[in-house]
Amino acid sequence: MTPDGPTIVEAGRRLREGKTTAVALLESVLDVAQLTEAIVHAYLTIDREGAFASAAFADEELANGRDRGPLHGVPVALKDNMCTRGVETTAASQILGGYLPPYDATVVTRLRQAGAVIVGKTNLDEFAMGSSTENSAYGPTFNPWDVSRVPGGSSGGSAAAVAIGSALGALGSDTGGSIRQPAALTGLVGLKPTYGTVSRYGLIAFASSLDQIGPLTRTVEDAAVLLEAVWGHDPLDATSYDGAYPDPRAEMGRGVDGIRVGVVRELSGEGYEPEVETATANMVDRLAGEGAEVVEVSLPSFEIALSAYYLIAPAEASANLARFDGIRFGLRIPGPTTEALMSATRAEGFGPEVTRRILLGTYGLSAGYYEAFYGQAQKVRAAIRADLARVYTDVDVLVSPTSPTVAFEAGARVADPLAMYLSDICTIPSNLAGDPAVSVPIALDGRGLPIGFQVMAPALGETTLFRVAAEVERLAGFTARPVIDLVAS
Amino acid sequence: MPVDVDIAYVARLARLELSDDELETYRAQLGVILEHAARVQDLEGDPHVEATHTLGLENVFRDDVVTASLSRDEVLAAAPEARDGYFVAPPALET
Amino acid sequence: MTWEPVIGVEVHVELSTRSKMFCGCAVDFTSPPNTNVCPVCLGLPGALPVPNRRAIEHLMSIGLALGSEVSSRSVFHRKNYFYADLPKNYQISQYDVPVCRGGHLDITVDGETRRIGIERAHMEEDTGKSTHVGLGGRIHAASATLLDFNRSGVPLVEIVSRPDIHSASDARVFAQELRGLVLELGVSDARLEEGSLRFDANVSIRPAGSTGLGTKVEIKNMNSFRSLERAVDHEVSRQIGVAESGGELVQETRHWDEEAGVTHPMRTKEGSSDYRYFTEPDLVPMTFDDAWISSVAATLPELPAQRRSRYQEVGLDGRQAATLAESPPRIRQVFDEATGLGADPTAAFNWLSGEVVSHLRRAGLESEELHLGGAELFELVTIVEEGLVSATAAKEVLEGVLTGEGGPREVASSRDLIQVSDATRIGEVVDAVLTANPDAVAGYRDRGEEKVVGFLVGQVMRQTQGKADPRVVNELLREKLASQPGGTPATG
Ligand SMILES: [Zn+2]
Repeated sequence: MTPDGPTIVEAGRRLREGKTTAVALLESVLDVAQLTEAIVHAYLTIDREGAFASAAFADEELANGRDRGPLHGVPVALKDNMCTRGVETTAASQILGGYLPPYDATVVTRLRQAGAVIVGKTNLDEFAMGSSTENSAYGPTFNPWDVSRVPGGSSGGSAAAVAIGSALGALGSDTGGSIRQPAALTGLVGLKPTYGTVSRYGLIAFASSLDQIGPLTRTVEDAAVLLEAVWGHDPLDATSYDGAYPDPRAEMGRGVDGIRVGVVRELSGEGYEPEVETATANMVDRLAGEGAEVVEVSLPSFEIALSAYYLIAPAEASANLARFDGIRFGLRIPGPTTEALMSATRAEGFGPEVTRRILLGTYGLSAGYYEAFYGQAQKVRAAIRADLARVYTDVDVLVSPTSPTVAFEAGARVADPLAMYLSDICTIPSNLAGDPAVSVPIALDGRGLPIGFQVMAPALGETTLFRVAAEVERLAGFTARPVIDLVAS
Repeated sequence: MPVDVDIAYVARLARLELSDDELETYRAQLGVILEHAARVQDLEGDPHVEATHTLGLENVFRDDVVTASLSRDEVLAAAPEARDGYFVAPPALET
Repeated sequence: MTWEPVIGVEVHVELSTRSKMFCGCAVDFTSPPNTNVCPVCLGLPGALPVPNRRAIEHLMSIGLALGSEVSSRSVFHRKNYFYADLPKNYQISQYDVPVCRGGHLDITVDGETRRIGIERAHMEEDTGKSTHVGLGGRIHAASATLLDFNRSGVPLVEIVSRPDIHSASDARVFAQELRGLVLELGVSDARLEEGSLRFDANVSIRPAGSTGLGTKVEIKNMNSFRSLERAVDHEVSRQIGVAESGGELVQETRHWDEEAGVTHPMRTKEGSSDYRYFTEPDLVPMTFDDAWISSVAATLPELPAQRRSRYQEVGLDGRQAATLAESPPRIRQVFDEATGLGADPTAAFNWLSGEVVSHLRRAGLESEELHLGGAELFELVTIVEEGLVSATAAKEVLEGVLTGEGGPREVASSRDLIQVSDATRIGEVVDAVLTANPDAVAGYRDRGEEKVVGFLVGQVMRQTQGKADPRVVNELLREKLASQPGGTPATG
C-alpha cells in the first residue's frame, strides 16, 4: 500500500469544508495502523477509546462553531516518553511497564487545548537512548520505506507513524538528533526548536540540558502548526523561556535571496555516504541559485562535539534515571534490603543501552574522573557555543546533511555502540548549543531511501529557520511516499 | 588505548546488579567509548564554563503558594507495595 | 597530655514556608502520610522542580543575620545517592557556589562571648520520612520501611560552622543560639521534637596548644540539643581514648545511638560518599543584586545582639541590656516607646523588669496581654521624677494602670495618691508634730539624737497618710529643729 492521507493543513481544510470529520480522520489513521502495525510497529499504545472521545468532541465543537485552530480534530501521535494521564507511558522500558502517569505533560495539555486528537503513544529507543528504535523493550520499529531497515531514532515510532500515515503528525523528543535523524531516514520534516521554548514538564527526562520536544510532520507548514500549538512559556518548567517568541511563519515563502548560508566543513568527508553528500551539495547549489550567499565555514569544536555529548548526556541520564528504583512506581524485583531491591530492579528493568549509558555517565561524574571527563566536556560545550557565536556573525543559517547515511539495516550497528553513536554526528552540535535545527527531506538515494537536509539557526532563529526550510522543501519538491508490501511482510 | 574502568565500583554506585559476564562486557565497551570520549581533552584553550541557559535565563522562581496535591489513592495505586497509606520498602540494612 | 577538641557543627533547618521548595505541595506535618505529594516531590517520571522564592529569601535572611556574604551568583547541584526516602535518588542541593558564605554567630557562656565562624549556608530539599517497623522498631532490626513523602521537598537550609568550637557544651550553645536566631527571623518553627532542626558535628582532637587539625570524624543523627552535647562529648572521649592507647583514628562517619549513648561507625557502603555532584540542569542560575539583598535586609527584625548594644548605647548597663534584649517583644516595645518619649532608660527598665513582670506572673498573663503602653510608662516615670507621687505610691499607681483604671495621673488622683510637696502645708504638719513631741525635740536638741529625725519624719508621714514628699518633710524638719528654742544641738 501507499499512504494517501492528508497533511495536517489539508486535513484542517477538509474538516472546515465539511468534507470530512475528526472521527473519519481518526478512523482512517486507525485503519492504516490496523494494516501496518504488524509490519512497522510504530505504536506502543493506541488509545482508541480516548481518541474517539476527543474526535467526537472535536466534531461537536466544530458543529457548534467552536474552532480551536489548525489542529482541531487532527489525529496526532506522541512519543511514549511524554506523560499522559491514565494512559500507559513506558518510555519503551520494561521498568515502566504498565505505568499510568497521574498527570499530563504540558505538551499533552496544550495539544488537547488545540483540539488535537491523540491517537496513541509511539515506540522509541528505551528512554530515548538510541538512533534506531531498536533499543525498545517492546520490540523495534521498522522503516516504512524499507522494513528491513531502521527508521532512525530515538523518535522512530513517531517518524514511522507519520511516514506511513497512522498519524498526521507527531511529537518526538530530540536530545542529540532524535527527531531530525529519524525524520531524515523516513522522509519527513523534523524540528528541534530552541532549547527552552517547548516545555519539558512531563517529558521523561533523558538529558535535561539537551532534551527538547518538537514535531515530525510531512511538511514544513505542518511543523509550524504543531510547534505553535505546543511551544510557549510554562511556569512548571524552570528552564522555559518567558520572553518574546519568534514567528515561524513570518518569512515563509520569501525565498532565500540574500540569506547567508554557511556550509559546515566538519560535517562532511569520511563516514558520509556519497549520495548523501551529493544530494546535500545539490541543494546548496540550488539555494545559491535562488540568491543565497553560500560560504564554507569551519567550526573546529564540532570535531569533538560527539565526544562531549557522550559524556554530558549519559551523566545527566545517570541522575535522571536514578528515580527508577522499584520503590514508588514501576517494576520491582524484590530483595532483602532496599539496596538489593533497587539494584536487582534496575538491572532487570533497564535494557543494555540504558545500562551502558548509566554506567558511562556514573563513571564520568565519579570521584577522580569528573575533571577529565564531565568537566572537560562542559568546556567543549562552551567552545561549541563560542564557535557558533563567531560563525553566526557571518551567516544566518548553517547547513549540513542530517545524517551521514540513509536508513541502515536493522541490526547493523547494534553490536557496535560507537558506530551507532556516530549516527548523531551532524545533529549533536545544535543540542549542545541549544539552537534550533530542522531536517527537510530532499531526495531519495539509488535504493529509494530518503535523504535529509539539515538547517541550523542561532537560538530563537526559528523565523529564518522556517524561511530557509520552506525554500528547501519547495526546491526539493519531495513528494514521495513509502510503499509497503502488506503481503510479503 | 581503551580507558580502564573499575566497572564493579561504577555498577555499585549506579545500583545495577550485574553478572560477572555483563560487567566484563560493559567494561570493554566503556573502555572503547571513553577512549573516543577522551578526545574532549584535545580541546585547545580553556574556556570558562558557567552553567548558563541557552537563552540566559536566570532567577526563575515560583511564589510560595500551595497548589493541589495528588490523591493518595492514585499515588499508591502505582506503588509496587503500599500499606496503611505508606509506600513499603524492605529494610535499609539486612536484618 | 591534654587534648583540645576541635568541633564544627552543621545545622539543618526546615523552613516554615507555606509550600515546598520545588513544588506547590503544602508544608504541613500534621497531614496523614502521603497526602501532600505531587509528581515533583514524589520524583515521578517527567516532573520538574521550580524553586520557591520565599525559601530563597528566608535563606538570605539567615545569611544576612549571620553577617554572611550573599553570593552575587549561585547555582543548584545534584547530590547523587540512593536512599528509599530520597525519591529522585538525588537531592537538589548546593555545592561550590552556595547562596551564603562566611559570617559568624556570637555565643555567650558564663558571661564570656565567643565568636563562632560560619563557613556557609545553603539551600536544599528535605527527604521523605522512613519508619522502620518490625522487631524492636530499630533500624538494625527492621523488617520493613514505611515511607511517607509529605516531608519530601520541604525547604531545608544547611548552616555549617567553622571548626571554631572547642567543647561539647559550646556546640550545644551554638545550636541553641542558632535556633533563637531562626525563630527571631520567623523563617522556621525550629521544633526539635518534629525534627525541623537537626544536627551533625565534625569532631577531631589535637594536643592542647597545637594548631594542627586531627583526623575528622563526622557524627550524625542528633536531633536535640542534649543529644548534640552528649554525642560530641562521647566522641571526644572516644577519640582521646583511642589516641592515648596508641590507636589510630580513622576519618569516618559515625552514627549517634541515643539510647545507648554511644557513636558507632555507619556501615560503610562502598563509594557511599561519591556523590557525583553536578550542576542541576533543570534549574537556572540565581543572581542576587544589591536591590534584592537590601530589600530582604530591610525586612530583618532587630536581632538580640544588635538590641543589646542599642540598649547599652541608650544608657543601660550590660546586664540590664542583656536582660531586656531577651525579653518578650511587647516588653521591648513598651521600653522603646517610653524611652523614645524621653523616659529615663534605667527607670523604665526597672519598672518593666520588676513590677511589670511580677504583675504578669501574678496575674498569669502573657506579655502580649500587658495593659500598659509606652506613653503610660513614660508618664509614670515622669510623675515620680516630678515628685507628684512617691516611689511607694507609684507602685499603686502602676497597679491601677495595669488593671485598667486609667492613665498614671488619672489613677494617682483617683486613688488619692498625689504627694503633698507644698512647704506651707507640710510646714503646718511639721509644726504640729514638733509641738506634740517635745521629748523627741529635746533629745535632738540636747543630745543630738539623730534617730529622732527619722521618728519625726514618720510622724509627719503618718499624719499626711504618706502623701507628703519625704524630701520636703526632711528638709523642713531639720530646718525647724535647728530653730527650736534652746539653741543649737550638741554635737558629738
Ligand atoms: Zn509536591
